[in-house]
Amino acid sequence: MAISERHAQRLDRTAAADQQVPNVIEFRGASMRFPSGDSGLIDATFSIRRGEFVFLVGQTGSGKSTIMRLLIKEHEPTAGTIRVAGHDLSTLDRKKVPYYRRNLGIVFQDFKLLPDRTVHDNVAYALQVTGGGRKEIRAKVPDILRLTGLATKLHNFPDQLSGGEQQRVAVARAFVNHPPLLIADEPTGNLDPETSIGIMQLLYRINRTGTTVVVATHDHAMVDRMRRRVIELNGGRVVRDELTAGYRQGEVSTGEFGALLREPAPAPRRLPDPGSLFDDAF
Amino acid sequence: MRFSFFFREAMRSVNRNAIPSFAAVASVVVTVLVLGVFIPVVQATTGAANEVRGRVLVDVFLKTDAKSADVERVRVLLTEKTKHVGKVQYVSKADAYKQEKKRNPEAYQLLGSNPLPDTFRVTPDEADNALALRDELAPTAASGRRTSIDPAIDKVENRKDQTGKILTATRVVKLAMFMLVTLLVIASILLISNTIRLSLFSRRREVEVMKLVGATDWFIRWPFVIEGIVLGALGGVMAILLLLVGKIALIDPLAGDFALIASPETISFSVLVALLFAASVGVSGVGAGLSLRRFLRV
Repeated sequence: MAISERHAQRLDRTAAADQQVPNVIEFRGASMRFPSGDSGLIDATFSIRRGEFVFLVGQTGSGKSTIMRLLIKEHEPTAGTIRVAGHDLSTLDRKKVPYYRRNLGIVFQDFKLLPDRTVHDNVAYALQVTGGGRKEIRAKVPDILRLTGLATKLHNFPDQLSGGEQQRVAVARAFVNHPPLLIADEPTGNLDPETSIGIMQLLYRINRTGTTVVVATHDHAMVDRMRRRVIELNGGRVVRDELTAGYRQGEVSTGEFGALLREPAPAPRRLPDPGSLFDDAF
Repeated sequence: MRFSFFFREAMRSVNRNAIPSFAAVASVVVTVLVLGVFIPVVQATTGAANEVRGRVLVDVFLKTDAKSADVERVRVLLTEKTKHVGKVQYVSKADAYKQEKKRNPEAYQLLGSNPLPDTFRVTPDEADNALALRDELAPTAASGRRTSIDPAIDKVENRKDQTGKILTATRVVKLAMFMLVTLLVIASILLISNTIRLSLFSRRREVEVMKLVGATDWFIRWPFVIEGIVLGALGGVMAILLLLVGKIALIDPLAGDFALIASPETISFSVLVALLFAASVGVSGVGAGLSLRRFLRV
């Protein structure tokens, strides 16, 4: 654990009870074993506080998506507890799951937009689900689309948009209810680097409104450049949980943040590839 | 507001999924048409079979020298002491002679005297019991010959002894009809459920997304159920119109000529229409709602 975080936690512990920053997400020894016998997650313990911007990194199959699925209660942990906003997810009735999910914004790698609805209707659906009337839709949807830079694409269908634009629609839909927590599973997995930066900036902007943002990604370079808290998973275990290099909440503007992302990342130090040695020898 | 929203959603998906919707309507049309044709056909056939079975009789011939006291004794025996007896009709010597003479005047002219015995025509309570009744009145003796239970009875016969054949034939017809109808109903159910599942399968991603956005099961289900009801009603109405056209163009002109088609046992057209319409709407609505269950587990 990084010194800065330990310091923050000590401050938190000494503060009065009502001033403590509550944990939005809390994993305590959570394990997930699939019926096939594979472990998705092994004894994961970490917590994420309100307003944080956290990356989950790791290779494919390391357990990032399992954490996401546990968070939206698509799966149940086979051991341990998961608390979101203080509520134990295992006590949540199956019938209540839809209402719980309305407090989450969810963004996926493959966008998951409704193909037979326009951009406007896709975002409006998230409001209709909660019983939002026409007035509420008229008030909120254009706003959120302006925030995500889609004001001119209102009446386009998803297949008429580029990948980046589709992901913006997905983010808009996830955020239109102003949920306290937004989780994104590989939001830039299908996008080119420049578009990815745009999406990350958007997520950062949302984070600056006070929403806790959790992003799962395998893009190490992007994560290293962003200098946020990183939870790294490997084979279902949490192997690293630290703040990368000097960061304090609300320190940079979105523009500066974008510039930060365009900087070259520190060169990764890798072991020499045995194949290239072979080439050199002959 | 809720219902209008669900209804608009249902109409939107009918519009957007024109081909699967068309397939659903077509399968409903075919099924209802088949059922609508087969229900009266089956009824007419079993009705006809039953009518044939109603004609199964057991003739009890008395000896030609039977006195009227013998006749009375046998009548009492038949009406009160024998099981499986439905109706007993007495045909006296003279009546029988009159009937037969009318049918074949020359032969009886030659004959001069009346060779016919007094006869009881016994209708069994159920056609299937005809043979049992015969056995009761004239049990088979150890020698293999039949001896009647009353000395005045000369012979007990089934009319032309074809009862067995009639019974087997009608039983086969009934069984065949029953099996045909069962197969058709199973085929119809499979056809409709398959169509529903196909159209739902193409939209399972959509359902998944709705679940992830936080829609409750019924919020997702209602539009699908309404869509099923609308498509079922559409298919039902089309099939019923086709049936009506068929009835007016084909059956009604023939009804005068064939007793079978006008057979009173067939269901009346209005009841049939109501039944078919209710079935098509009900099956489509409930089927859509139930089939969705699998995709709602996200």
